[in-house]
Amino acid sequence: MLGKLSWAAVPLNQPLPMIASGVVGLTILGVLVLIVLKGWLPYLWRDWITSVDHKHIGIMYTLLAMVMLLRGFADAIMMRSQQALAFRAPGFLPPEHYDQIFSAHGTLMIFFVAMPFVIGLMNFVIPLQLGVRDVAFPTLNSVGFWLTATGALLVNVSLVVGEFARTGWLPYPPLSEIAYSPGVGVDYYLWSLEISGVGTLLSGINLVTTILKMHAPGMTYMRMPMFCWTALASNLLIVAAFPILTATLAMLLLDRYLGFHFFTNEAGGNVMMFMNLIWAWGHPEVYILILPAFGVFSEVIATFSRKPLFGYRSMVAATMIICILAFTVWLHHFFTMGAGADVNAIFGIASMIIAVPTGVKVFNWLFTMYGGRVVFTAPILWSLGFMVTFVIGGMTGVLLAVPPADFMLHNSLFLVAHFHNVIIGGVLFGSFAGYTYWFPKAFGFRLHDGLGKAAFWFWIFGFYFAFMPLYVLGLEGMTRRMQHYDVAEWHPWTLIAAGGAALILCGIGTQIAQLVVSIRHREALRDVTGDPWNGRSLEWATSSPPPAFNFAVLPSIEGEEAYWGIKQRAIRQARLRDEPEYAEIEMPRNSPTGFICAFFASFMGFALIWHIWWLVALGLLGAFATFVVFAWRDEDEYIISADEVARIDRANRRARSEALARLQVTT
Amino acid sequence: MSAFQAAAGRDDPHRIGHGRAPARSISGLAYKRIVVGYGFWIFLLSDIVMFSAFFASYAVLVGNTAGGPSGHDLFDLRNVALETGCLLFSSFTCGIASIGAQRRNGLWFYGAMAVTFLFGAAFLSIELREFVSMAARGAGPTRSAFLSAFFTLVGCHGLHVTCGLLWLLTMMAQVYAKGYRADIMRRVLCFSLFWHALDIIWVGVFTVVYLMGAER
Repeated sequence: MLGKLSWAAVPLNQPLPMIASGVVGLTILGVLVLIVLKGWLPYLWRDWITSVDHKHIGIMYTLLAMVMLLRGFADAIMMRSQQALAFRAPGFLPPEHYDQIFSAHGTLMIFFVAMPFVIGLMNFVIPLQLGVRDVAFPTLNSVGFWLTATGALLVNVSLVVGEFARTGWLPYPPLSEIAYSPGVGVDYYLWSLEISGVGTLLSGINLVTTILKMHAPGMTYMRMPMFCWTALASNLLIVAAFPILTATLAMLLLDRYLGFHFFTNEAGGNVMMFMNLIWAWGHPEVYILILPAFGVFSEVIATFSRKPLFGYRSMVAATMIICILAFTVWLHHFFTMGAGADVNAIFGIASMIIAVPTGVKVFNWLFTMYGGRVVFTAPILWSLGFMVTFVIGGMTGVLLAVPPADFMLHNSLFLVAHFHNVIIGGVLFGSFAGYTYWFPKAFGFRLHDGLGKAAFWFWIFGFYFAFMPLYVLGLEGMTRRMQHYDVAEWHPWTLIAAGGAALILCGIGTQIAQLVVSIRHREALRDVTGDPWNGRSLEWATSSPPPAFNFAVLPSIEGEEAYWGIKQRAIRQARLRDEPEYAEIEMPRNSPTGFICAFFASFMGFALIWHIWWLVALGLLGAFATFVVFAWRDEDEYIISADEVARIDRANRRARSEALARLQVTT
Repeated sequence: MSAFQAAAGRDDPHRIGHGRAPARSISGLAYKRIVVGYGFWIFLLSDIVMFSAFFASYAVLVGNTAGGPSGHDLFDLRNVALETGCLLFSSFTCGIASIGAQRRNGLWFYGAMAVTFLFGAAFLSIELREFVSMAARGAGPTRSAFLSAFFTLVGCHGLHVTCGLLWLLTMMAQVYAKGYRADIMRRVLCFSLFWHALDIIWVGVFTVVYLMGAER
């Protein structure tokens, strides 16, 4: 009846996961009780859970990322303290638990922190920057989000019911085959990622179509803001790479569930094929993450330098070149496979070539700041921290791209230091910059700048203290994923690294404080006009938060930096453009399709993991029924009347006129 | 030079490539039909990428028969030719169904869709019979890496055809219940794109798996 599931699956004898999940469970229960008691449930259902508004979906993605960041960071600090303690000692984490923690840490941080963070930012910002009212496929967008949430849920369920994979963030066979990992850990990993992978693919298709096909009049490709370009490249990579992940994990699933021989040791299976396939997805994946961050920095640096982005066209070219080169370097993740000197040399050189367009970008950002009046807010601090940190990470990457050097450094902590160097310094700093930069657009008030700066300093010092020692450790020969060790030279460095993790903890604490303080002082931090930073692209042309329809009238674009042009003209003429003629607007209707699909997908995933076949069938049937019901609805749009549009837009025009008048007085 | 461009020149004295972008095509919002078709094409491309991973693994593992049967021992080209004929003909009738829908001609639409369904189902039953007979001869997917890759690649295509058949029936029911409404017609368009894409993949399967495999 319940397949492999029994009470033995709940680790009642292990205090650490039980306490952790108990606290999390109580928190969730508390929040639910609060929501029900306060009567927020209808509001949540109407405005968020069933929402197909790209802004709300973007915010939910970002929220998911931040919550999962806490979970992933809890894993990180446990690993750092384990390594600090485990010098000639067992530490506090037994090996089988430690292995689950590093696997969960990597899986969560890449798939459920970095991915939803950048996808959330793209979802929120792209239609606003393109000057349109919605994405191409609003309901699909919602389905994509909820499937991602399902994946995150399943990974977290593994904490209480059963176990998580012990095979690292990429489950290399033959270790991940059923013969060597008979438990449900790898199955949790595989089904979580299959389900959330579908969600990511849907989101990618939606955003590619949006960027290529949905534009305000006059918004030609070469007038799109840089963030749209990097998002386009990133989503093209999603569309081209995620199916490979889906296929590869499906092959491993077939091996595990039905006794196929793709990656097994016997009957002709080929283990190295897994490495090739998974990295054919995995290397583009790092660009899927970093390119949107590049876009954020481009926006932030131009805005706060009060200058247009230097070398816009070269930036577009660099982005698209990276997009293509991303698919030509996967083999550098396993030079030690022994493909031979010629193959390794080709992939080594290809890897180094990627540094060229990236270098173009760094110089463009530097030249954007050069001669500008840089305003030192928190977003620009993240950008500056990124530039220094990312260049170091890039250089250690070029070092690793030299095959002979890689043979020495492969799977050492040097590698761990390198990819944290680029992912924290690049993706995470970029996400935080974007979060701070677009927060007022999303909620109508700014985040507290002082606390944001404090968080930045904690993070950057914490990062250097936590990861620079790992470079040293790697050069001293310490391999990754060590549960304990007895080399005396390593110990001081692991202690310093643990101290760095503590500093990062302070940074996260400061960020939580920043959010709380900002919400409490939101009236003082209020963004009245919708343009708090003196921005240059169209998202600042509408109110904060934007109305459901984004723009009362689609803006007509006459050049690059669309909003800057509109704004300068308004300032010169000392008046806004004439009030447009308002017309009624059709917007997509809310739909619970995404939530219900994810509901069935969650049960189906869980049932597949535990071999509860009747529940699998029920889940499949439910998902199909949901789609048919969705397909049968007759009205998928609702009308916002012209009066309502006028009322909302006039309020924003009034605020802007007043700001304009104040500007005239001061100058 | 428009007033705006002149103004931009003043605000940007270094003329760093701004305010001068030529407005080659002033693109507004595309029609919904274009957007939906375009998005579905992107999905199909992603699906083809997924198949390419299965093709690649098949190409890697095709020689790894582990002492078991190879394609030469197993494939019956006459059978496959029949299969291919069914699928290609169903694509033709699917095209006719699209035209029927555009002409709002129920006879042609339902008739051609029904024929498409029959030929799709025939394709599927031939494929299933092949699978069953192979498994009965001890050449199931667990026998060797080659057979794992074979069953996965061909089976994944078969799974797509199965989903396509379900979708086909849903579309017939939708047109019957709702008529030739714009949103239904967009779905008919997507369905027909999907069905043709399955043909493209089958041509790959036919060539790479069967034609090249039967020679070995």
